[in-house]
Amino acid sequence: MNEVKCECGHVNPHGTVLCEACGRVLDEKEKDRKLVDMRYEGSARRSQTYDKTIVDKIWNFFSSVKVGIWLIVITLIASALGTILPQEMYIPPNIPPEQYYLDEYGTFGKLYVEFGFHNLYGSWWYLILVASIGISLVICSLDRVIPLYRALKAQKVSRHEGFLKRQRLFGISTGANSNIDLEQIKINLRDKRYSIREEDGNLLAEKGRFSRWGPYVNHIGLIIFLLGAMLRFVPGMYVDKVLWIREGETKAIPGTNGQYYLSSDKFILEVYDKEKDKEVFSDALGKMGAVAKNYQSNVTLLEREGDAIPGEEPNLKKVKDYSIKVNEPLKYDNYALYQVDYKLDELDKMHFNLINKKSEESFGEIEIDLYNPKLKYELNKGYSVQLMNYFPDFEFDENGDPVTKSPVPNNPAFIFKMFTPDNPEGEVSFVAIQQTVEPFGDNEYKMAFAGIETKNVSALTVRKDLTLWVIGLGGAIFMIGVIQGAYWNHRRIWIQPKSGEVWIAGHTNKNWHGLKREINMVIKDTGIHEPIDQTQEQEKKIS
Amino acid sequence: MAEISSNLLYSAFIIYLVATLVFGGAIKDKKTEKEKKQSKWAVMGFGLTILGFAAQLGYFVTRWIASGHAPVSNLFEFTTFFGMMLVGAFIIIYSIYRTAALGVFTLPVAILVIAYGSMFPRDISPLIPALQSDWLHIHVTTAAAGQAILSVSFAAGLIFLVKAVDQTKSSKQTFWLETVMFGLICTLAFVIVSSVFSGLDYKESFNWVDKKGKEAVMEYSLPALAGPHKGELLEGNFEPIAEMPAIINAKKLNTVIWSIGGGLVLYGLLRLIFRKRVAALLRPLVKNINLDLVDEISYRSVLIGFPVFTLGALIFAMIWAQIAWTRFWGWDPKEVWALITFLFYAAFLHLRLSKGWHGEKSAWLAVIGFAIMMFNLVAVNLVLAGLHSYA
Amino acid sequence: MKKKQRLVIRTAILIILGAALAYSLYANLTKEKSEVLKLNAEAPDFVLTDMNGQKHKLSDYRGQGVFLNFWGTWCKPCEKEMPYMADQYKVYKDQGVQILAVNVGESEFAVQSFIDKHNLNFPVLIDAKDEVQSAYQVNPLPVTFLIDKEGKVVESITGSLTEEGVQKLMERIKP
Repeated sequence: MNEVKCECGHVNPHGTVLCEACGRVLDEKEKDRKLVDMRYEGSARRSQTYDKTIVDKIWNFFSSVKVGIWLIVITLIASALGTILPQEMYIPPNIPPEQYYLDEYGTFGKLYVEFGFHNLYGSWWYLILVASIGISLVICSLDRVIPLYRALKAQKVSRHEGFLKRQRLFGISTGANSNIDLEQIKINLRDKRYSIREEDGNLLAEKGRFSRWGPYVNHIGLIIFLLGAMLRFVPGMYVDKVLWIREGETKAIPGTNGQYYLSSDKFILEVYDKEKDKEVFSDALGKMGAVAKNYQSNVTLLEREGDAIPGEEPNLKKVKDYSIKVNEPLKYDNYALYQVDYKLDELDKMHFNLINKKSEESFGEIEIDLYNPKLKYELNKGYSVQLMNYFPDFEFDENGDPVTKSPVPNNPAFIFKMFTPDNPEGEVSFVAIQQTVEPFGDNEYKMAFAGIETKNVSALTVRKDLTLWVIGLGGAIFMIGVIQGAYWNHRRIWIQPKSGEVWIAGHTNKNWHGLKREINMVIKDTGIHEPIDQTQEQEKKIS
Repeated sequence: MAEISSNLLYSAFIIYLVATLVFGGAIKDKKTEKEKKQSKWAVMGFGLTILGFAAQLGYFVTRWIASGHAPVSNLFEFTTFFGMMLVGAFIIIYSIYRTAALGVFTLPVAILVIAYGSMFPRDISPLIPALQSDWLHIHVTTAAAGQAILSVSFAAGLIFLVKAVDQTKSSKQTFWLETVMFGLICTLAFVIVSSVFSGLDYKESFNWVDKKGKEAVMEYSLPALAGPHKGELLEGNFEPIAEMPAIINAKKLNTVIWSIGGGLVLYGLLRLIFRKRVAALLRPLVKNINLDLVDEISYRSVLIGFPVFTLGALIFAMIWAQIAWTRFWGWDPKEVWALITFLFYAAFLHLRLSKGWHGEKSAWLAVIGFAIMMFNLVAVNLVLAGLHSYA
Repeated sequence: MKKKQRLVIRTAILIILGAALAYSLYANLTKEKSEVLKLNAEAPDFVLTDMNGQKHKLSDYRGQGVFLNFWGTWCKPCEKEMPYMADQYKVYKDQGVQILAVNVGESEFAVQSFIDKHNLNFPVLIDAKDEVQSAYQVNPLPVTFLIDKEGKVVESITGSLTEEGVQKLMERIKP
């Protein structure tokens, strides 16, 4: 349908500008031009040739490089907007964003939230932008790579005169053509790793054609990358949980469906020491104060054996011991555990002495596990202490009653009943940190604070990301494609002897400087003159 | 060792300065564009550049040995390393194209970058846990190398613009070109002002009230034109001209004011003395330049630099982020600005495909690209808070 | 012929790309919802011990409705709905509705004091290792899951309930 038959006999698809085989200019408009436009070898880009149905219209929209560039530029600007203020994920989680941005950044912050810029990269419109780039990548590439492949495959050695003349590098060597040593040129070209085709005495030397596929390879890489990013939405592909674990604790690792457990042995924080670490650091350490050297959780990974439903005492088997450090996550079975945060010296146990206020005589010490206090603590000789109430994170509520804010013992308070032989009915005492209240009058005895035990807590991120290999594959293919396209170029040199003259034309998709130098080396001592750079000639005439 | 290291950096700096002047001589010397043989000046300039590069490499290696880690871990180290890579990229591109003017434009940019970096604390500091990884060397060096090669495209673009923009009448082009020059001059002013006051050991400190209403002490090393919120001068004797609201970081703003003010003075002086635009002043340096060739140098630098940048600033960055920060991408400002740089140069490469985006337009794009990278280096570290604020 | 083929191919590619975009958008918008337990699916089974040492296995209550409540002693809204649950339990216990109140891993002392203070008449279980909470993706408290006689999760309600609310919910899962 509407195919264009060139004078050389080759049948080209509709819309072809330069004949795929001989390079003859087919498009009337192009005929007046001094130089041919070699983009995509002058092949027919189908998108530009059909425009009937709505499908074609959408297709053509995404097939345009101009549209693609606009999409890139819009994404670029949008991305920049999101960096003006920190994104929602970087603000403290316990404050509503509206409030936080207003407090921190004033009216501008408030507007920022109203426009949704505080969660810009997760917004639907940003996703559509990125997806549109993906669609554009697919369609642009498809629309160009097929015709380009056809054109490069169909190219003949003997190109039409008009094609050669309209190349950017073109020259005619006349006169002493008996001196022109075509054999030497061929040897020179082969030395430069050109592959040479010959037809009726005409030469086509070509190298680096594979670099023409570079852009398409890198686009494929990007598409795979984007697919990998999309895969994250598929259930089961991605886990992102946080596990707070205290020294000595064993906990199910969230996100593993109860298959793995972790027990923490120790959390270690090291800071640089001016005296012990390298002397060169002493100036910096003197100015900066404490600088962290290491965050480390010594843990044991356990695996549940057999099936167990949640709550059932699991049968755990040790998998391995590991020291999780920043940059050294514990990896096992697609899961990785990262050191991300910590809390030092969280209260764990408290010690009290039961003493007589007057004589200050002690009748024994009790140890209260703040995570699992006992109801009653027996002491010798008929002394005992009953725990009537316990507030791990104590405060007074609006009615003035003691309550707890959270189950974490940040500020423990107790109501004790002390039983002594003197007071068999018991004396009630309210004990919080640095305060004691005796609600029913003066007591004879009191619970005297006798020390604390603390534990460190590690925060570990639990991560599973099954999309990583797709992302990695996409990235690798992208890099290969970019390098292929950027570090090699597709060079062609046509040499045609024509009745007492030798014509030479050269083309490259980039790096003309390199091609010119190479041609100079190839034609050295062969009698052919250096071809002229016709764009520069044009410019000179203009200026 | 640390002593040797800083001396080497200092010598490299001086050698670069001399090399620039020698390259300037090469331009004067060069008669015609067709002359195939390089002028003696150019050979000497190139030799000096390599010498300077070797000296700076010496600084880099000795500092690495002294600290036990690659010196790319804070703003001073990274910026000077970026300057070194810029010289390295220039050496590569120059050995392909042999254009002396490229030296006259690239080296001053590199010198300015190194001088700028030297204004930040220069102590050798130990690595925090997040940075203790071989990926520090791999990621940072490749990213810096990529940015440096892309920056050569800026230098080439600048040469193009200085030559191509018509200086006989005032236009949008002359305005923006002067803006670029002014930006470079402001950096110079920042370096001069900071050096002078740190040479004088100047200090001021204030009691001030932050946005949460807490009292704190703020130290200035430049006279405070812009004072902190409810600031009370403790030390020093220069009362601020204006007081800033608590939301603004008055100290950083003060530095910006000094830089721009200093830049205005320098720029004004240049205009007064020479009665010409600064770009017009530079014109004789590029009179022998073949526009087509600089355009190609600019494009070629982007082609060479883009894959390196992508590898270092995105791919290696993602691999390391997955190891250190649990996820390969987290929309941290530095990450986003690396993506923006990537997108920008991707757009640049696609625009080269369409007609009309060669030559001058392409040169402007190279300038914008450099501006984006400098924004990422300067503003993202100092202004936008994020995970990369190591300085 | 060729034209038709082209149209078909283009349409197919556009549909695939469009579907991928639509899926991503949908998944992105429902990201938060996917973090919670799926409704109308089988309720994850569990075994926990109550304060009297008796084991309660969820699947043993097949045939009855289960009112599964997660709570903490420090949590004010949890405390508020407890008496309503206790009241309604008196009515619905004999109609085949079972309340299981799962504490989110506090000490026995704290839980027992709480039971005594509020005279709770239903089994209170302690999820000491966070396993059940993790299986039910419990985040803010209180949260109540309604499980019907087939063992399916009918609904989940986050936040404090009124007495009337508790009654309505029990009515729903009454076998």
